[in-house]
Amino acid sequence: MEHQILTFYDWVAKLSSSELVALILIVTLPLVFLIVYALVAILGELKISAFIQERLGPMRTGPWGIIQPVAEVVKLLQKEDITPDAANKPLFNMAPFLMFTAAYAGFAVIPFSSHFVPAGINLGLFYIFAMGSLAVIGLVMGGWASNNKYSLLGALRSVAQIVSYEIPAAIVILSIVVLASSMNLQVINANQGGWFWNWYVFGGPGSIWKLLVIPFTFGMFLLYLIASLAETNRTPFDIPEGESEIVAGYHTEYSGMKFAMFFFAEYANMFVVAALLSILFFGGWNSPFGDFMNGPIWGVFWFISKSFFFVFVQIWLRWTLPRLRVDQLMGVSWKVMTPVAFLCFFAVGLWAMLK
Amino acid sequence: MLSDFGIILLFFILGVVFVAAGLITAAIIRPHHPNPVKQSTYECGEEPMGNPWIKFNIRFYVIALVFLLFDVEVVFLFPWAVVFRDMSRIGDTVLWFAFIEMAVFVVILLAGLAYVWAKGDLNWEKPRPYIPSLKDLVVTKKS
Repeated sequence: MEHQILTFYDWVAKLSSSELVALILIVTLPLVFLIVYALVAILGELKISAFIQERLGPMRTGPWGIIQPVAEVVKLLQKEDITPDAANKPLFNMAPFLMFTAAYAGFAVIPFSSHFVPAGINLGLFYIFAMGSLAVIGLVMGGWASNNKYSLLGALRSVAQIVSYEIPAAIVILSIVVLASSMNLQVINANQGGWFWNWYVFGGPGSIWKLLVIPFTFGMFLLYLIASLAETNRTPFDIPEGESEIVAGYHTEYSGMKFAMFFFAEYANMFVVAALLSILFFGGWNSPFGDFMNGPIWGVFWFISKSFFFVFVQIWLRWTLPRLRVDQLMGVSWKVMTPVAFLCFFAVGLWAMLK
Repeated sequence: MLSDFGIILLFFILGVVFVAAGLITAAIIRPHHPNPVKQSTYECGEEPMGNPWIKFNIRFYVIALVFLLFDVEVVFLFPWAVVFRDMSRIGDTVLWFAFIEMAVFVVILLAGLAYVWAKGDLNWEKPRPYIPSLKDLVVTKKS
């Protein structure tokens, strides 16, 4: 990366005169962030759902219930871990590892700021997309190994859904790659520098003629938003864990800390897709106002607030929309979103060529 | 010190270590009183009936196949997408050629999608069962 002068890694290495410290920090900071974020998001989900339903939500643990997520983690830590006799034990125990590791591995390429990215690889976008698909294997593993009808049905539904929505998401990502000419998330971010009309949701940097492409890029944003909801199994796409039909889907048999890991992985995935939305379409760590409040430190603020906004949107939608039926779900993905995504892809390709 | 992919490997290791640490902590402080009823498969309190590894809908396979086709296509398109804009440096003819080449590639697959669509494999609803009526039994003179 030639536009980086002194990255966080170099800075820590210089300050502590040891690269090991920098290495440890750059690998563990995302995990610390993930834990803090998960606690905030759990409380946020409880409170937002409560406010949407005109309740107060948790109020007893700590002032205004803010220690509730910590209490839940402590509760889950103490819960007895039940492995059914019928389950395939090695796979049953491996599934939480795979789910969480795949979700956390996605964090390796997320640029939190122009100067903080754990691994600024050129394949960033491709890698993060692959890690998103890896979660499917964890799902099937857990669902199949549980040896439970609900789990198997939940896992099957979930795979069919994730796999169907991955196609529109992939085409949208492809269109962004055409616009950015790079799969490196730092380059994609750097391309969108300046004012907010340089964001890819508004067609990226360009002359007045980009007005022609804005409808398509905005459509791509909506497509990716919908697809990302489906990929994280959030409502309205939560038939894999539809409580009214198949108890809890693929994690019916999981209890205690293993269940907590599935839960944790879901929240981590929520952040990864929210981060991708903000990176691909909303400039990532770029300030919306040109050079105002722009820089490596402000970048962290902008990136996290944009990503948290999309996490909020996911929670908001969950408590607003009802669940879709399975035929509607597949119909929307294959008959509406895939053709529209290809239309956007062709439009963006043509525009990128004629510009 | 480490390459970028080395850092990614560290992320994988840290993810596994984190889950292991959580599970081990839980194993130390949680109770452990297994009994056959508790360890039985959950089926809303009923005794589990039959094999849980049931036969499932053939449509899942069709979806998986169509997905596979499109995913492979996307994998092939990624390198194209990265270099597409830079082709304008070579010349407009090459750029047009690249675009049309991609279009041919995509349209062939879209034709496949249209075929699957027309065949009705994308419809999740079951086809309406044919209910025989009296007419079917009566052999008319015409036939």
